[in-house]
Amino acid sequence: MSTLSKQVMAGFDVDKVREDFPVLKQNIHGKPLVYLDSAATAQKPFAVIDAIRRFHEVDCANIHRGVHELSQRSTAAYEETRIKARRFLNSRSKDELIFVRGTTEGINLVTNSWGRRNVKAGDEVIISAMEHHSNIVPWQMLCEENGAKLRVIPMNERGELLMEEYEKLLNPRTRMVAVTHVSNALGTINPVRQIIQMAHQAGALTLIDGAQAAPHMKVDLQALDADFYTFSGHKVCGPTGIGILYGKSALLNAMPPYQGGGDMIKVVTFEKTTYADLPYKFEAGTPNIAGGIGLGAALDYVTQLNIDQIAAYEHALLAYGTQALSAIPGLRLIGTAREKASVLSFVMEGIHPHDIGTLLDRQGIAVRTGHHCAQPVMDFFNVPATTRALAFYNTFGEIDALVAGLHKVKEVFA
Amino acid sequence: MVHDLYQEIILDHSKRPRNCHSMPDATRQADGYNPLCGDKLKLFVKVENDIVVDVSFVGSGCAISTASASLMTESLKGKTREEALKLLEKFHELLTTDTAISQDLGKLVVFCGVRDYPARVKCATLAWHTLKSALTAELTEPVSTE
Repeated sequence: MSTLSKQVMAGFDVDKVREDFPVLKQNIHGKPLVYLDSAATAQKPFAVIDAIRRFHEVDCANIHRGVHELSQRSTAAYEETRIKARRFLNSRSKDELIFVRGTTEGINLVTNSWGRRNVKAGDEVIISAMEHHSNIVPWQMLCEENGAKLRVIPMNERGELLMEEYEKLLNPRTRMVAVTHVSNALGTINPVRQIIQMAHQAGALTLIDGAQAAPHMKVDLQALDADFYTFSGHKVCGPTGIGILYGKSALLNAMPPYQGGGDMIKVVTFEKTTYADLPYKFEAGTPNIAGGIGLGAALDYVTQLNIDQIAAYEHALLAYGTQALSAIPGLRLIGTAREKASVLSFVMEGIHPHDIGTLLDRQGIAVRTGHHCAQPVMDFFNVPATTRALAFYNTFGEIDALVAGLHKVKEVFA
Repeated sequence: MVHDLYQEIILDHSKRPRNCHSMPDATRQADGYNPLCGDKLKLFVKVENDIVVDVSFVGSGCAISTASASLMTESLKGKTREEALKLLEKFHELLTTDTAISQDLGKLVVFCGVRDYPARVKCATLAWHTLKSALTAELTEPVSTE
Protein backbone atom coordinates (compact mmCIF):
# COMPACT_ATOMS: atom_id res chain seq x y z
CA MET A 1 0.00 0.00 0.00
CA SER A 2 1.40 3.41 -0.89
CA THR A 3 1.87 6.07 1.74
CA LEU A 4 -0.69 8.25 0.00
CA SER A 5 -3.42 5.64 -0.03
CA LYS A 6 -2.85 4.91 3.64
CA GLN A 7 -3.46 8.55 4.44
CA VAL A 8 -6.57 8.64 2.32
CA MET A 9 -7.73 5.45 3.99
CA ALA A 10 -7.44 7.11 7.35
CA GLY A 11 -9.74 9.86 6.10
CA PHE A 12 -7.62 12.73 7.29
CA ASP A 13 -5.76 15.30 5.21
CA VAL A 14 -2.53 15.32 7.14
CA ASP A 15 -0.63 17.36 4.54
CA LYS A 16 -3.11 20.18 4.91
CA VAL A 17 -2.93 19.94 8.71
CA ARG A 18 0.87 20.13 8.63
CA GLU A 19 0.63 23.47 6.84
CA ASP A 20 -0.77 24.85 10.10
CA PHE A 21 2.41 24.01 12.04
CA PRO A 22 5.33 26.28 11.10
CA VAL A 23 7.81 24.45 13.31
CA LEU A 24 7.46 21.28 11.26
CA LYS A 25 8.84 22.97 8.16
CA GLN A 26 12.50 22.86 9.00
CA ASN A 27 15.56 20.75 8.64
CA ILE A 28 17.47 19.42 11.62
CA HIS A 29 21.09 18.48 10.93
CA GLY A 30 20.26 18.73 7.23
CA LYS A 31 17.26 16.37 7.35
CA PRO A 32 13.54 17.20 7.45
CA LEU A 33 12.38 17.35 11.05
CA VAL A 34 10.42 14.28 12.14
CA TYR A 35 8.86 15.34 15.43
CA LEU A 36 7.85 12.30 17.46
CA ASP A 37 7.96 13.81 20.94
CA SER A 38 4.39 15.03 21.24
CA ALA A 39 3.79 13.27 24.56
CA ALA A 40 6.32 15.70 26.03
CA THR A 41 4.80 18.69 24.29
CA ALA A 42 2.72 19.09 21.17
CA GLN A 43 3.62 21.60 18.47
CA LYS A 44 1.61 24.78 18.05
CA PRO A 45 -0.51 25.74 15.03
CA PHE A 46 -0.60 29.27 13.61
CA ALA A 47 -4.00 29.76 15.24
CA VAL A 48 -2.41 29.51 18.70
CA ILE A 49 0.70 31.50 17.83
CA ASP A 50 -1.44 34.26 16.28
CA ALA A 51 -3.83 34.43 19.24
CA ILE A 52 -0.94 34.91 21.66
CA ARG A 53 0.68 37.53 19.44
CA ARG A 54 -2.59 39.34 18.94
CA PHE A 55 -3.13 39.54 22.68
CA HIS A 56 0.28 41.13 23.20
CA GLU A 57 -0.01 43.41 20.18
CA VAL A 58 -3.59 44.58 20.50
CA ASP A 59 -5.38 43.64 23.72
CA CYS A 60 -2.73 43.43 26.41
CA ALA A 61 -4.00 44.40 29.85
CA ASN A 62 -4.58 42.77 33.20
CA ILE A 63 -7.90 41.00 33.67
CA HIS A 64 -10.79 41.26 36.14
CA ARG A 65 -9.63 44.75 37.17
CA GLY A 66 -9.75 47.73 34.90
CA VAL A 67 -12.85 49.31 33.47
CA HIS A 68 -10.91 50.36 30.42
CA GLU A 69 -11.35 48.84 27.00
CA LEU A 70 -8.16 46.78 26.89
CA SER A 71 -8.82 45.18 30.25
CA GLN A 72 -12.32 44.29 29.19
CA ARG A 73 -11.09 42.75 25.94
CA SER A 74 -8.42 40.75 27.79
CA THR A 75 -10.88 39.58 30.39
CA ALA A 76 -13.39 38.54 27.77
CA ALA A 77 -10.81 36.61 25.74
CA TYR A 78 -9.40 34.87 28.81
CA GLU A 79 -12.82 33.94 30.18
CA GLU A 80 -13.93 32.77 26.76
CA THR A 81 -11.41 29.93 27.14
CA ARG A 82 -13.26 28.70 30.21
CA ILE A 83 -16.41 28.46 28.12
CA LYS A 84 -14.54 26.63 25.36
CA ALA A 85 -13.01 24.26 27.89
CA ARG A 86 -16.47 23.53 29.31
CA ARG A 87 -17.61 22.46 25.87
CA PHE A 88 -14.37 20.57 25.20
CA LEU A 89 -14.70 18.54 28.41
CA ASN A 90 -18.50 18.60 28.73
CA SER A 91 -18.49 19.74 32.34
CA ARG A 92 -21.75 20.98 33.85
CA SER A 93 -20.54 24.50 34.49
CA LYS A 94 -17.61 26.65 33.43
CA ASP A 95 -17.20 27.60 37.08
CA GLU A 96 -15.96 24.09 37.86
CA LEU A 97 -12.92 24.74 35.66
CA ILE A 98 -9.92 26.32 37.33
CA PHE A 99 -6.96 27.66 35.42
CA VAL A 100 -3.70 26.16 36.63
CA ARG A 101 -0.16 26.02 35.28
CA GLY A 102 -0.67 22.49 34.08
CA THR A 103 -1.51 18.98 35.21
CA THR A 104 1.17 19.06 37.89
CA GLU A 105 -0.28 22.14 39.51
CA GLY A 106 -3.79 20.75 39.14
CA ILE A 107 -2.84 17.69 41.18
CA ASN A 108 -0.91 19.73 43.72
CA LEU A 109 -3.90 22.01 44.17
CA VAL A 110 -6.03 18.99 45.07
CA THR A 111 -3.48 17.39 47.40
CA ASN A 112 -2.88 20.69 49.20
CA SER A 113 -6.40 22.02 49.40
CA TRP A 114 -8.63 18.96 49.49
CA GLY A 115 -6.01 16.45 50.65
CA ARG A 116 -4.64 18.22 53.71
CA ARG A 117 -8.12 18.68 55.08
CA ASN A 118 -9.61 15.31 54.18
CA VAL A 119 -6.86 12.71 54.26
CA LYS A 120 -6.09 11.77 57.86
CA ALA A 121 -3.82 9.38 59.71
CA GLY A 122 -4.70 5.81 58.77
CA ASP A 123 -6.53 6.83 55.60
CA GLU A 124 -5.49 5.46 52.24
CA VAL A 125 -4.85 6.93 48.81
CA ILE A 126 -4.69 4.66 45.77
CA ILE A 127 -2.61 5.44 42.69
CA SER A 128 -1.44 3.09 39.94
CA ALA A 129 1.83 1.50 38.87
CA MET A 130 1.91 3.55 35.66
CA GLU A 131 1.63 7.06 37.08
CA HIS A 132 3.75 9.97 35.97
CA HIS A 133 5.83 11.42 38.82
CA SER A 134 3.34 14.29 38.98
CA ASN A 135 0.63 11.89 40.14
CA ILE A 136 2.92 10.07 42.59
CA VAL A 137 4.99 12.64 44.44
CA PRO A 138 2.20 15.05 45.53
CA TRP A 139 0.23 12.13 47.03
CA GLN A 140 3.37 10.76 48.65
CA MET A 141 4.06 14.15 50.22
CA LEU A 142 0.47 14.35 51.48
CA CYS A 143 0.53 10.83 52.91
CA GLU A 144 3.83 11.46 54.67
CA GLU A 145 2.55 14.67 56.17
CA ASN A 146 -0.76 13.27 57.36
CA GLY A 147 0.24 9.72 58.23
CA ALA A 148 -1.86 8.18 55.46
CA LYS A 149 -0.95 5.18 53.36
CA LEU A 150 -0.24 5.23 49.63
CA ARG A 151 -1.34 2.08 47.82
CA VAL A 152 -0.55 1.14 44.24
CA ILE A 153 -2.66 -0.75 41.69
CA PRO A 154 -0.27 -3.19 39.98
CA MET A 155 -0.15 -3.84 36.24
CA ASN A 156 0.63 -6.79 33.99
CA GLU A 157 3.42 -7.22 31.43
CA ARG A 158 1.31 -5.61 28.72
CA GLY A 159 0.99 -2.50 30.84
CA GLU A 160 -2.65 -2.98 31.85
CA LEU A 161 -3.94 -2.33 35.36
CA LEU A 162 -5.04 -5.40 37.30
CA MET A 163 -8.63 -4.51 38.08
CA GLU A 164 -9.17 -7.42 40.46
CA GLU A 165 -6.18 -6.20 42.49
CA TYR A 166 -7.63 -2.71 42.44
CA GLU A 167 -10.89 -4.05 43.82
CA LYS A 168 -8.99 -5.66 46.70
CA LEU A 169 -7.21 -2.38 47.52
CA LEU A 170 -10.48 -0.47 47.92
CA ASN A 171 -11.73 -0.34 51.50
CA PRO A 172 -13.57 2.02 53.84
CA ARG A 173 -10.30 3.87 54.56
CA THR A 174 -9.77 4.72 50.91
CA ARG A 175 -10.22 8.47 50.51
CA MET A 176 -8.95 8.99 47.00
CA VAL A 177 -8.18 7.04 43.83
CA ALA A 178 -5.85 9.02 41.57
CA VAL A 179 -4.99 7.42 38.24
CA THR A 180 -3.95 8.45 34.78
CA HIS A 181 -6.42 8.30 31.92
CA VAL A 182 -3.68 7.46 29.40
CA SER A 183 -0.13 6.44 30.35
CA ASN A 184 2.55 8.72 28.93
CA ALA A 185 5.18 5.99 28.93
CA LEU A 186 3.06 3.05 27.78
CA GLY A 187 0.11 4.52 25.94
CA THR A 188 -2.34 2.40 27.92
CA ILE A 189 -5.87 3.78 28.01
CA ASN A 190 -7.18 2.91 31.44
CA PRO A 191 -10.82 1.97 32.04
CA VAL A 192 -11.35 5.14 34.04
CA ARG A 193 -15.15 5.00 33.93
CA GLN A 194 -15.04 1.66 35.73
CA ILE A 195 -12.24 2.80 38.06
CA ILE A 196 -14.33 5.82 39.07
CA GLN A 197 -17.49 3.77 39.61
CA MET A 198 -15.67 1.29 41.82
CA ALA A 199 -14.09 4.10 43.83
CA HIS A 200 -17.45 5.76 44.35
CA GLN A 201 -18.99 2.48 45.47
CA ALA A 202 -16.25 2.28 48.09
CA GLY A 203 -16.99 5.85 49.16
CA ALA A 204 -13.76 7.29 47.75
CA LEU A 205 -13.21 10.28 45.48
CA THR A 206 -11.30 10.19 42.21
CA LEU A 207 -8.77 12.32 40.40
CA ILE A 208 -7.96 11.55 36.78
CA ASP A 209 -4.71 12.76 35.23
CA GLY A 210 -5.85 13.66 31.74
CA ALA A 211 -2.54 15.05 30.44
CA GLN A 212 -2.18 12.39 27.75
CA ALA A 213 -5.88 11.79 27.15
CA ALA A 214 -7.12 15.27 26.31
CA PRO A 215 -5.00 15.53 23.12
CA HIS A 216 -6.08 12.15 21.78
CA MET A 217 -9.68 11.38 22.63
CA LYS A 218 -13.02 12.87 23.49
CA VAL A 219 -13.22 13.48 27.24
CA ASP A 220 -16.76 13.66 28.62
CA LEU A 221 -16.61 14.68 32.26
CA GLN A 222 -20.30 14.17 32.90
CA ALA A 223 -20.19 10.64 31.52
CA LEU A 224 -16.99 9.84 33.43
CA ASP A 225 -18.28 11.30 36.71
CA ALA A 226 -14.71 11.99 37.90
CA ASP A 227 -14.49 14.20 40.98
CA PHE A 228 -11.35 15.90 39.71
CA TYR A 229 -9.85 15.87 36.21
CA THR A 230 -6.83 17.82 35.05
CA PHE A 231 -4.83 18.38 31.87
CA SER A 232 -2.09 20.60 30.44
CA GLY A 233 -2.69 23.01 27.59
CA HIS A 234 0.67 22.46 25.95
CA LYS A 235 -0.07 18.83 25.15
CA VAL A 236 -3.21 19.91 23.27
CA CYS A 237 -1.25 22.27 20.99
CA GLY A 238 -1.63 25.16 23.42
CA PRO A 239 1.17 27.07 25.15
CA THR A 240 3.07 25.87 28.21
CA GLY A 241 2.22 27.18 31.66
CA ILE A 242 -1.54 26.86 31.36
CA GLY A 243 -3.89 24.00 32.07
CA ILE A 244 -7.25 23.17 33.57
CA LEU A 245 -8.34 21.53 36.78
CA TYR A 246 -11.93 20.39 36.87
CA GLY A 247 -13.57 19.72 40.20
CA LYS A 248 -17.18 19.07 41.13
CA SER A 249 -18.55 22.35 42.44
CA ALA A 250 -19.71 20.90 45.78
CA LEU A 251 -16.15 19.72 46.45
CA LEU A 252 -14.52 22.92 45.27
CA ASN A 253 -16.89 25.02 47.37
CA ALA A 254 -15.99 23.05 50.49
CA MET A 255 -12.25 23.24 49.88
CA PRO A 256 -10.04 25.98 51.31
CA PRO A 257 -8.18 28.21 48.83
CA TYR A 258 -4.90 26.86 47.46
CA GLN A 259 -3.10 30.20 47.43
CA GLY A 260 -4.03 33.59 48.82
CA GLY A 261 -3.66 36.88 46.99
CA GLY A 262 -5.37 39.20 44.58
CA ASP A 263 -8.32 38.12 42.48
CA MET A 264 -9.40 35.33 44.85
CA ILE A 265 -11.18 37.60 47.33
CA LYS A 266 -14.42 39.46 47.82
CA VAL A 267 -13.58 41.59 50.84
CA VAL A 268 -10.24 41.97 52.59
CA THR A 269 -9.78 43.56 55.99
CA PHE A 270 -6.97 42.94 58.45
CA GLU A 271 -9.40 40.95 60.56
CA LYS A 272 -10.92 38.73 57.92
CA THR A 273 -11.02 37.96 54.22
CA THR A 274 -14.04 36.70 52.34
CA TYR A 275 -13.09 34.52 49.41
CA ALA A 276 -14.35 34.87 45.90
CA ASP A 277 -16.83 32.42 44.41
CA LEU A 278 -15.77 29.63 42.09
CA PRO A 279 -13.65 29.45 40.11
CA TYR A 280 -11.79 32.58 41.24
CA LYS A 281 -11.33 31.32 44.79
CA PHE A 282 -8.54 29.14 43.41
CA GLU A 283 -6.98 31.69 41.08
CA ALA A 284 -4.83 34.02 43.16
CA GLY A 285 -2.69 36.60 41.45
CA THR A 286 -2.40 37.70 37.85
CA PRO A 287 -2.70 34.51 35.83
CA ASN A 288 -1.08 33.41 32.59
CA ILE A 289 -3.43 35.55 30.52
CA ALA A 290 -1.70 35.04 27.18
CA GLY A 291 -1.50 31.32 27.91
CA GLY A 292 -5.19 31.14 28.69
CA ILE A 293 -6.04 32.89 25.45
CA GLY A 294 -3.65 30.61 23.55
CA LEU A 295 -5.29 27.57 25.13
CA GLY A 296 -8.67 28.79 23.91
CA ALA A 297 -7.31 28.97 20.37
CA ALA A 298 -5.84 25.48 20.74
CA LEU A 299 -9.15 24.00 21.90
CA ASP A 300 -10.88 25.68 18.96
CA TYR A 301 -8.28 24.27 16.60
CA VAL A 302 -8.55 20.71 17.87
CA THR A 303 -12.34 20.92 17.99
CA GLN A 304 -12.49 22.14 14.41
CA LEU A 305 -10.24 19.24 13.29
CA ASN A 306 -12.65 16.96 15.16
CA ILE A 307 -11.21 14.95 18.04
CA ASP A 308 -12.85 11.72 16.86
CA GLN A 309 -11.18 12.09 13.45
CA ILE A 310 -7.89 12.81 15.19
CA ALA A 311 -8.30 9.68 17.30
CA ALA A 312 -9.12 7.54 14.24
CA TYR A 313 -6.14 8.85 12.27
CA GLU A 314 -3.75 8.42 15.20
CA HIS A 315 -5.05 4.90 15.69
CA ALA A 316 -4.19 4.07 12.08
CA LEU A 317 -0.71 5.58 12.60
CA LEU A 318 -0.27 3.58 15.78
CA ALA A 319 -1.26 0.32 14.09
CA TYR A 320 1.13 1.01 11.22
CA GLY A 321 3.95 2.02 13.58
CA THR A 322 3.43 -0.99 15.82
CA GLN A 323 3.71 -3.33 12.86
CA ALA A 324 6.72 -1.52 11.36
CA LEU A 325 8.68 -1.40 14.61
CA SER A 326 7.87 -5.00 15.53
CA ALA A 327 9.54 -6.09 12.29
CA ILE A 328 12.92 -4.71 13.43
CA PRO A 329 15.03 -7.55 14.85
CA GLY A 330 16.08 -7.00 18.46
CA LEU A 331 13.40 -4.37 19.10
CA ARG A 332 10.93 -4.92 21.91
CA LEU A 333 7.83 -2.80 22.37
CA ILE A 334 7.13 -1.67 25.94
CA GLY A 335 3.45 -1.20 26.61
CA THR A 336 1.24 -3.45 24.53
CA ALA A 337 -2.12 -2.87 26.15
CA ARG A 338 -5.17 -3.84 24.14
CA GLU A 339 -6.60 -0.35 24.68
CA LYS A 340 -3.84 1.98 23.63
CA ALA A 341 -3.32 5.58 22.53
CA SER A 342 -0.65 6.66 20.05
CA VAL A 343 2.47 6.08 22.09
CA LEU A 344 5.21 3.68 20.99
CA SER A 345 7.83 2.87 23.61
CA PHE A 346 10.55 0.35 22.95
CA VAL A 347 14.01 -0.91 23.75
CA MET A 348 16.62 -2.28 21.38
CA GLU A 349 18.85 -5.12 22.39
CA GLY A 350 22.31 -3.94 23.35
CA ILE A 351 21.72 -0.28 22.49
CA HIS A 352 21.01 2.29 25.17
CA PRO A 353 18.04 4.63 24.55
CA HIS A 354 20.23 7.70 24.83
CA ASP A 355 22.45 6.49 22.04
CA ILE A 356 19.36 5.78 19.95
CA GLY A 357 18.08 9.28 20.74
CA THR A 358 21.31 11.00 19.71
CA LEU A 359 21.70 8.94 16.55
CA LEU A 360 18.10 9.61 15.52
CA ASP A 361 18.47 13.31 16.27
CA ARG A 362 21.33 13.47 13.80
CA GLN A 363 18.85 12.20 11.22
CA GLY A 364 16.36 14.91 12.14
CA ILE A 365 14.16 12.60 14.23
CA ALA A 366 13.13 13.91 17.65
CA VAL A 367 12.19 11.27 20.21
CA ARG A 368 12.03 11.06 23.97
CA THR A 369 14.47 8.80 25.76
CA GLY A 370 15.01 7.90 29.38
CA HIS A 371 12.61 7.38 32.23
CA HIS A 372 9.79 9.65 30.96
CA CYS A 373 9.15 10.98 34.46
CA ALA A 374 7.77 7.56 35.23
CA GLN A 375 10.67 5.82 36.94
CA PRO A 376 8.50 3.17 38.62
CA VAL A 377 7.22 2.14 35.19
CA MET A 378 10.77 1.78 33.90
CA ASP A 379 11.76 -0.17 37.00
CA PHE A 380 8.84 -2.54 36.42
CA PHE A 381 10.04 -3.34 32.91
CA ASN A 382 13.66 -3.02 34.08
CA VAL A 383 14.56 -0.68 31.20
CA PRO A 384 14.93 2.95 30.35
CA ALA A 385 12.95 3.22 27.13
CA THR A 386 12.80 5.19 23.94
CA THR A 387 9.43 6.63 23.14
CA ARG A 388 7.92 8.14 20.11
CA ALA A 389 4.55 9.68 20.70
CA LEU A 390 2.56 10.15 17.57
CA ALA A 391 0.35 13.15 16.97
CA PHE A 392 -2.21 13.87 14.29
CA TYR A 393 0.35 15.92 12.35
CA ASN A 394 2.64 12.91 11.95
CA THR A 395 2.61 10.92 8.73
CA PHE A 396 3.04 7.32 7.70
CA GLY A 397 6.13 8.49 5.84
CA GLU A 398 7.61 9.71 9.11
CA ILE A 399 7.18 6.27 10.59
CA ASP A 400 9.06 4.89 7.59
CA ALA A 401 11.79 7.47 8.29
CA LEU A 402 11.93 6.29 11.90
CA VAL A 403 12.29 2.67 10.85
CA ALA A 404 15.07 3.61 8.42
CA GLY A 405 16.70 5.65 11.19
CA LEU A 406 16.63 2.72 13.56
CA HIS A 407 18.25 0.49 10.96
CA LYS A 408 21.07 3.06 10.75
CA VAL A 409 21.38 3.00 14.54
CA LYS A 410 21.77 -0.75 14.36
CA GLU A 411 24.50 -0.39 11.74
CA VAL A 412 26.52 1.90 14.01
CA PHE A 413 26.32 -0.62 16.83
CA ALA A 414 26.64 -3.71 14.65
CA MET B 1 27.01 10.80 10.14
CA VAL B 2 27.68 10.86 13.87
CA HIS B 3 31.06 9.24 13.71
CA ASP B 4 32.43 12.42 15.24
CA LEU B 5 30.71 11.27 18.44
CA TYR B 6 30.60 7.50 18.10
CA GLN B 7 34.22 6.97 17.10
CA GLU B 8 35.43 3.43 16.58
CA ILE B 9 37.34 3.38 19.87
CA ILE B 10 34.25 4.53 21.78
CA LEU B 11 32.09 1.85 20.18
CA ASP B 12 34.77 -0.72 20.93
CA HIS B 13 34.99 0.22 24.62
CA SER B 14 31.20 0.36 24.94
CA LYS B 15 30.81 -3.13 23.54
CA ARG B 16 33.83 -4.59 25.34
CA PRO B 17 34.44 -2.44 28.39
CA ARG B 18 37.85 -2.95 30.03
CA ASN B 19 38.22 -3.41 33.79
CA CYS B 20 34.53 -4.07 34.08
CA HIS B 21 34.34 -6.11 37.26
CA SER B 22 34.09 -5.57 40.98
CA MET B 23 37.23 -5.42 43.14
CA PRO B 24 37.03 -7.06 46.56
CA ASP B 25 40.27 -5.47 47.80
CA ALA B 26 39.52 -1.92 46.64
CA THR B 27 40.49 0.71 49.19
CA ARG B 28 37.79 3.06 47.99
CA GLN B 29 34.54 2.81 46.14
CA ALA B 30 31.81 5.20 45.10
CA ASP B 31 28.47 5.10 43.34
CA GLY B 32 27.51 7.29 40.42
CA TYR B 33 24.00 7.81 39.14
CA ASN B 34 22.66 9.93 36.34
CA PRO B 35 18.94 10.35 36.95
CA LEU B 36 18.41 11.77 33.47
CA CYS B 37 19.48 8.56 31.73
CA GLY B 38 19.20 6.06 34.54
CA ASP B 39 22.89 5.27 34.11
CA LYS B 40 24.35 3.59 37.18
CA LEU B 41 27.97 2.96 37.98
CA LYS B 42 29.93 1.54 40.87
CA LEU B 43 33.61 2.43 40.86
CA PHE B 44 36.38 0.55 42.67
CA VAL B 45 39.76 2.15 43.28
CA LYS B 46 42.82 0.69 44.91
CA VAL B 47 45.17 3.38 46.17
CA GLU B 48 48.54 2.42 47.64
CA ASN B 49 51.02 5.04 48.87
CA ASP B 50 48.93 7.71 47.15
CA ILE B 51 49.20 5.92 43.80
CA VAL B 52 46.16 4.60 41.97
CA VAL B 53 47.30 1.04 41.39
CA ASP B 54 44.01 -0.36 40.11
CA VAL B 55 40.57 0.86 38.99
CA SER B 56 37.50 -1.04 37.91
CA PHE B 57 33.77 -0.50 37.54
CA VAL B 58 30.46 -2.23 37.15
CA GLY B 59 27.19 -0.72 36.03
CA SER B 60 24.86 -0.09 33.18
CA GLY B 61 24.67 2.87 30.89
CA CYS B 62 24.76 4.23 27.39
CA ALA B 63 27.67 3.73 25.00
CA ILE B 64 29.21 7.08 25.90
CA SER B 65 29.13 6.54 29.66
CA THR B 66 30.33 2.92 29.42
CA ALA B 67 33.18 3.79 27.06
CA SER B 68 34.13 6.74 29.20
CA ALA B 69 34.32 4.57 32.32
CA SER B 70 36.30 1.94 30.47
CA LEU B 71 38.84 4.38 29.02
CA MET B 72 39.10 6.18 32.35
CA THR B 73 40.10 3.01 34.15
CA GLU B 74 42.85 2.44 31.60
CA SER B 75 44.20 5.97 31.86
CA LEU B 76 44.43 6.15 35.64
CA LYS B 77 46.63 3.27 36.61
CA GLY B 78 49.96 4.42 38.02
CA LYS B 79 48.88 8.01 38.54
CA THR B 80 49.00 9.76 41.89
CA ARG B 81 45.74 10.95 43.29
CA GLU B 82 46.63 14.49 42.45
CA GLU B 83 47.49 13.56 38.88
CA ALA B 84 44.22 11.68 38.57
CA LEU B 85 42.24 14.68 39.75
CA LYS B 86 44.16 16.92 37.39
CA LEU B 87 43.31 14.60 34.52
CA LEU B 88 39.64 14.86 35.51
CA GLU B 89 39.86 18.64 35.18
CA LYS B 90 41.43 18.39 31.76
CA PHE B 91 38.85 15.85 30.66
CA HIS B 92 36.07 18.14 31.82
CA GLU B 93 37.64 21.03 29.89
CA LEU B 94 37.81 18.85 26.81
CA LEU B 95 34.07 18.29 26.95
CA THR B 96 32.85 21.70 27.95
CA THR B 97 35.20 24.32 26.52
CA ASP B 98 36.79 25.22 23.21
CA THR B 99 40.29 25.32 24.65
CA ALA B 100 43.10 23.53 22.87
CA ILE B 101 43.16 19.81 23.47
CA SER B 102 45.67 18.85 26.12
CA GLN B 103 48.30 16.33 25.10
CA ASP B 104 48.05 14.72 28.53
CA LEU B 105 44.68 13.24 27.66
CA GLY B 106 46.07 10.51 25.42
CA LYS B 107 43.31 8.25 24.10
CA LEU B 108 40.70 10.26 25.98
CA VAL B 109 40.70 12.86 23.18
CA VAL B 110 38.24 10.63 21.33
CA PHE B 111 35.59 12.20 23.53
CA CYS B 112 36.13 15.67 22.06
CA GLY B 113 33.06 15.11 19.84
CA VAL B 114 30.89 15.26 22.96
CA ARG B 115 31.41 19.04 22.93
CA ASP B 116 28.82 19.27 20.20
CA TYR B 117 26.27 17.29 22.21
CA PRO B 118 25.67 19.25 25.43
CA ALA B 119 22.93 16.81 26.45
CA ARG B 120 25.49 14.01 26.49
CA VAL B 121 28.24 15.67 28.54
CA LYS B 122 26.84 14.14 31.72
CA CYS B 123 27.08 10.68 30.18
CA ALA B 124 30.79 11.15 29.49
CA THR B 125 31.57 12.62 32.89
CA LEU B 126 29.61 10.22 35.11
CA ALA B 127 32.58 7.92 35.73
CA TRP B 128 34.86 10.86 36.37
CA HIS B 129 32.52 12.49 38.88
CA THR B 130 32.32 9.16 40.63
CA LEU B 131 36.08 8.98 40.64
CA LYS B 132 36.27 12.39 42.25
CA SER B 133 33.97 11.38 45.08
CA ALA B 134 35.97 8.18 45.59
CA LEU B 135 39.31 9.96 45.67
CA THR B 136 38.38 13.10 47.55
CA ALA B 137 36.40 11.22 50.18
CA GLU B 138 39.57 9.30 50.77
CA LEU B 139 41.52 12.48 51.41
CA THR B 140 39.50 13.07 54.56
CA GLU B 141 40.43 9.64 55.90
CA PRO B 142 43.51 9.14 58.10
CA VAL B 143 46.47 8.23 55.87
CA SER B 144 47.12 5.11 57.95
CA THR B 145 44.02 3.36 56.62
CA GLU B 146 45.59 2.87 53.23
